[in-house]
Amino acid sequence: MKTRVLMFGWEFPPYNSGGLGVACHGLTKALVSQDITITFVLPKRMGLKGDIPHILFADDDILNIHQIDTLLYPYITSSKYIDERQSIKGGYGKNLFDEVYRYALHARRIAQQEQFDIIHAHEWLSFPAGLAAKSVSGKPLIVHVHATEYDRSGGNINPMVFNIEWEALQKADEIIAVSEYTKQIIIDQYGISPNKITVVHNGVTPFDDNRQPLIDKPFSLAELKQSGAKIVLFVGRLTLQKGPDYFLQAAKKVLEFEPNTYFLIAGSGDMERELIEKTAQLGISDKVFFTGFLRGEDLKKVYRSADLFVLSSVSEPFGITTLESMINGTPVLVSKQSGVAGALQHALKVDFWDIDEMANKMLAVLMYRPLMQSLSENGYQEAQKFTWQQAAEKCIRIYERLVKN
Amino acid sequence: MPSVCLYFQVHQPRRLKQYRIFDIGKDHSYFNEKSETNRNNQAIIKKIAQKCYLPANKLLLKLLKKYPTFRITYSFSGVFLDQLEEYYPEVLKSFQELVETGHVEILSETYYHSLSFLYSVDEFIHQIKLHSKRIEEVFGVKPKIFRNTELIYNNDIGKIVGSLGYKGVLAEGADHILQWRSPNYLYKHPEINLPLLLKNYKLSDDIAFRFSSKDWPEYPLTADKFSQWISALQNEDIACLFMDYETFGEHQWEDTGIFNFLGALPEEILKNQNIDFITPSEAVKRYKPVAELDIPEYVSWADTERDLSAWLSNPMQHDAAFKLYAMEEDVLDSGDKQLIEDWRRLQTSDHFYYMCTKWFADGDVHKYFNPYESPYEAFITFMNVLKDLKLRLSKTDQIMIEDIKEKLVQLTTN
Repeated sequence: MKTRVLMFGWEFPPYNSGGLGVACHGLTKALVSQDITITFVLPKRMGLKGDIPHILFADDDILNIHQIDTLLYPYITSSKYIDERQSIKGGYGKNLFDEVYRYALHARRIAQQEQFDIIHAHEWLSFPAGLAAKSVSGKPLIVHVHATEYDRSGGNINPMVFNIEWEALQKADEIIAVSEYTKQIIIDQYGISPNKITVVHNGVTPFDDNRQPLIDKPFSLAELKQSGAKIVLFVGRLTLQKGPDYFLQAAKKVLEFEPNTYFLIAGSGDMERELIEKTAQLGISDKVFFTGFLRGEDLKKVYRSADLFVLSSVSEPFGITTLESMINGTPVLVSKQSGVAGALQHALKVDFWDIDEMANKMLAVLMYRPLMQSLSENGYQEAQKFTWQQAAEKCIRIYERLVKN
Repeated sequence: MPSVCLYFQVHQPRRLKQYRIFDIGKDHSYFNEKSETNRNNQAIIKKIAQKCYLPANKLLLKLLKKYPTFRITYSFSGVFLDQLEEYYPEVLKSFQELVETGHVEILSETYYHSLSFLYSVDEFIHQIKLHSKRIEEVFGVKPKIFRNTELIYNNDIGKIVGSLGYKGVLAEGADHILQWRSPNYLYKHPEINLPLLLKNYKLSDDIAFRFSSKDWPEYPLTADKFSQWISALQNEDIACLFMDYETFGEHQWEDTGIFNFLGALPEEILKNQNIDFITPSEAVKRYKPVAELDIPEYVSWADTERDLSAWLSNPMQHDAAFKLYAMEEDVLDSGDKQLIEDWRRLQTSDHFYYMCTKWFADGDVHKYFNPYESPYEAFITFMNVLKDLKLRLSKTDQIMIEDIKEKLVQLTTN
């Protein structure tokens, strides 16, 4: 009989603000293709109405999406909520915790109605929902950690979020961590036994087979490239966690050596204003472009136009944008404080705080062509190994083990 | 009746220190890492001396004195001898004592343990001569047998080495050059009269790589067992056991029993009266080559491929080596001794080995010996240093031009 999974998430493309929605989508799709029946529960009506499953997965109604009408904002950063955030201390929306528990109440009802063998909950907002479903059904619970409060807060831990995470990690039957890096945080900061934690790397979906730079605009990238300029790319939310300020400081140093370099910052977030001001202070405003949040074709274009992608995160559980960059043939320089750093060989690595070394490595890629070529080719090959099918297989092995017990 | 030829390569490169783009034009000392990293050459020499050179030398001296027919052979790179002199003269002295027994042969090689043959025959010959001079200074003997960096060899190398008067060459007994033939005989160059001694890689690797491997069916390897394998070669001439000297105490730690094995080996082998030890010079006198061996392609002792791919297989390695040797004429013309010395130190093959990206088959070995976090870091450091070297070169050029201008002015005014 098919294994039936009740899955709790909080966002789904195209209504995602970051990597989590992409990951849930990729994993779910691969699980369904490997004969797992999934009921995917979302906390918020996102306009995914009517025949959404058919749009997401052309085949049939194997995947059911439940939506609960609440307002939840997973990240502190989405620019829409800046005003709200500024009025409240602590960084999370004022009704957020109410909504998390309201989601859990709905989860209890859904768990009573649905038929399933396993509960699989993504990220802290859905952990209480997962726990509620476990308590009414007695079915095993897997919590899937895509990020911890340690990563998100940049050291300024919200105790309520920490407690929700801690409780779920304690009570879960199994924990999936997206990297060894995250597994270590769960062990060290939450005191969880390593035996209960399995690492399942995220996968990456190839955009298409063509790695050629796209000679298309936006932002007159094509013209810049034709003039011999080099492009360094940052993709991510503009928050402390992603370290965009370190990226800018390194950019300043690079420009002293290679003035014909441009820095692209693709993303939005609560630090945007601050970063634009900082760029002006550093005197590099003419060399740094803020593109806002990009997706789809636009994102693909910037990946392929870039000579180097930089992940400057202070604490990054995985770093899916790194793989997206590699699969587009662009070399990567990643923070050692990231999950991908431990999973990759064909990437340059640097401590996020080591501005000199970050600039040194950026310059090396821009100046030494064989380095750029080797990283591009080897990185492209290496990124192919991160597939959602493989991630799904690992999850299925966990499902089988839990169902047996 | 086989003779056992026991040869050890002794070499340590001068590793480059952490050198960033921002250091270019400001810092011209490339090899003086002081931090407690594995780029600190002095610390590495000290560590390996304690674990390997000193205890192994002591043991071998004892064995040479005890068994008058025991023989061993070494190659010392010039960069290694320089570092011993600078950091640990006591070790140099212990090697000298070994050579003084008269039962130790020293081989010729390039001073800088370089890949120079591939890029510049002039530089290759020059480094061989520099090395020979240095060996004579330090040990009072003149090398007669040649072995190139990491046993890199082909017909062309053989020809040049033969023309320099060497009486034989060591090479890897790789399957793809020997095919059905045995490595346990001397062979000769197809065109000139130059004997080749070929490494028996199976028996060599039994000691160098497999000795402490518990997955190996022959584990544990004893001197008794090993000498039985040697005596099984009864109708053949020679068993060439070639390996890194660091096998003893560094690659195979003391607690694996490697020193006990080495200590018992001469006695076990000499128990069989048909077997003796031999140096390469003695071997080329005693044994006749059984056939010509045509080796048009490069062969080496590195990795499973046994070719040049450990040093030259990716675009970074090719680019770094090409750019380095492209400076040859200008560097030598500069007459700047320190500049020439630095340029030559950069030729040491290890720098290119560290840039190797063949992770998959031999990744572990490369990682183990790599003082850099990745091949990419090795390349970045090397290229930054090369940029500084170029800058120095352009400055000496400028000085020379000014000098000539001045002289011209003097000439015309006189």
